[in-house]
Amino acid sequence: MANSDFLLQFQDFENDADLMGSNAGATRITIDDNNSKPQKQRRAAGTALLEDEDGPLESDDTAELLSGQKKSAPFWTFEYYQTFFDVETHQVKDRIVGSVLPWPGKNFVRHYIRNNPDLYGPFWICATLVFAIGISGNISSFLVHHGQPQYKYVPEFRKVTIAATAIYSYAWLVPLALWGFLMWRNSKVSRMVSYSFLEIVCVYGYSLSIYIPAVVLWIIPSEGLRWCSIVLALCLSGSVLMLTFWPAIRDDHPRVVLAVTVTIVTLHVLLAVGCKLLLLPDWPGQVSAS
Amino acid sequence: MAEVEDVNKPLFAGLSDVSIAEDIPVEGDIAVPLSSRNADDEISTLDEPVKDTILRDLKAVGQKFVHVLYPKKSSALLRDWDLWGPLLLCVTLALMLQGGSADSKDDGGPQFAEVFVIVWFGSIIITLNSKLLGGTISFFQSLCVLGYCILPLTVAMLVCRLVLLGSSGLVSFIIRLVVVSASFGWSTFASTAFLADSQPPNRKALVVYPVFLFYFVIGWMILTFSPSQ
Repeated sequence: MANSDFLLQFQDFENDADLMGSNAGATRITIDDNNSKPQKQRRAAGTALLEDEDGPLESDDTAELLSGQKKSAPFWTFEYYQTFFDVETHQVKDRIVGSVLPWPGKNFVRHYIRNNPDLYGPFWICATLVFAIGISGNISSFLVHHGQPQYKYVPEFRKVTIAATAIYSYAWLVPLALWGFLMWRNSKVSRMVSYSFLEIVCVYGYSLSIYIPAVVLWIIPSEGLRWCSIVLALCLSGSVLMLTFWPAIRDDHPRVVLAVTVTIVTLHVLLAVGCKLLLLPDWPGQVSAS
Repeated sequence: MAEVEDVNKPLFAGLSDVSIAEDIPVEGDIAVPLSSRNADDEISTLDEPVKDTILRDLKAVGQKFVHVLYPKKSSALLRDWDLWGPLLLCVTLALMLQGGSADSKDDGGPQFAEVFVIVWFGSIIITLNSKLLGGTISFFQSLCVLGYCILPLTVAMLVCRLVLLGSSGLVSFIIRLVVVSASFGWSTFASTAFLADSQPPNRKALVVYPVFLFYFVIGWMILTFSPSQ
């Protein structure tokens, strides 16, 4: 019955079949309807569905409601750390794609991470990037110096350790600093959006994933192509970072906003350019001492 | 209900009617045969010559090598795990990768300690990763599998060294590339045959990728090995 008075009156629901037939949508949460209806019902019911197929962003307060509910095991047990690896293959794939293609409407944290930050992505993307830098630096220096008689090919193993230190400290210390700074500003400026430490680590980790193909392109011995690939990767991952952190800092004092923006971008640029300068041979004319 | 009771009654009645002592002579001791055999084994392994002990362990290691070379779906590698094989393979690989010294002091090939650290640390990290993703395999079983599956890459290292003794031009590079790629594929395939079953199906790729990266890095170290003149 579609009578609105019937829906407003208190009914007792002892038979499930009646429930399905008569109250089409009053207590059920459906995703097939247009998107405003499930949101209202979600807020009313107090529960939420964290599904990846939802299109528009849910409001920030529902997300805040859910942020405290995930981790219940104490931090010295193994299960506590297992909650950080609660992802599936397609989720990781979606997150990587989302970090490579920044879309102005989609905030990376809200759309992809959705209160399920994982440590799998950041850790293994950093590991892959470290080895990709080492290997492609090796190959490119070999190709550059190939014809010269004094050159003896060595696998430059030290560079892998340098790259590993640089990348892992960038991916973990910069989010720590940024999170600390945002927490400090939180006490002075109330904001709508605040991220947990793991979400920031997640964003930084996934944003490094665009560098992996860029680094593989370093093998081709053309300076122009190398700088192009680095600049393109910088733009894409920098814009993902900025799109993510803009809602968090825009409510602040303009000078602080500017300072934070400039810092994020500068550190990102420093990482990219530093890796390129340290690990690639810059001058083809140099010959290693025999 | 009545039929169940009827079925039950003759069963129980039959059991109470059987008297074991008259039909089957009971003899022997009541001790569980498994424990008595273990006790005998332990006593005898103390007295046996050292050669027998070593040969038994070597035979177990060799059997697992065969399992790696022909990866079928058997659980022998997982059930009786041991770390002798991985240690042997890691030491062999590290020793063979030693000869690639450099002209300058600070850049060179991987030293013995570096290979060791990469192999063991890498295996531990992959095992932790698979356990954190919810795998049902135990820590040492996974270390055992990853260590044993380095065998094809060690064989490839041997082949590469022999090829490098002959020549070191483009042809030898192509041969080495083919051999290392084939053994890298074999290692990855062998280890995923053992490890992938322990994961839920929507996370298999997440577990297989670090294994792929691990063997890729080891294969890369083997391929780029160049002996000092």
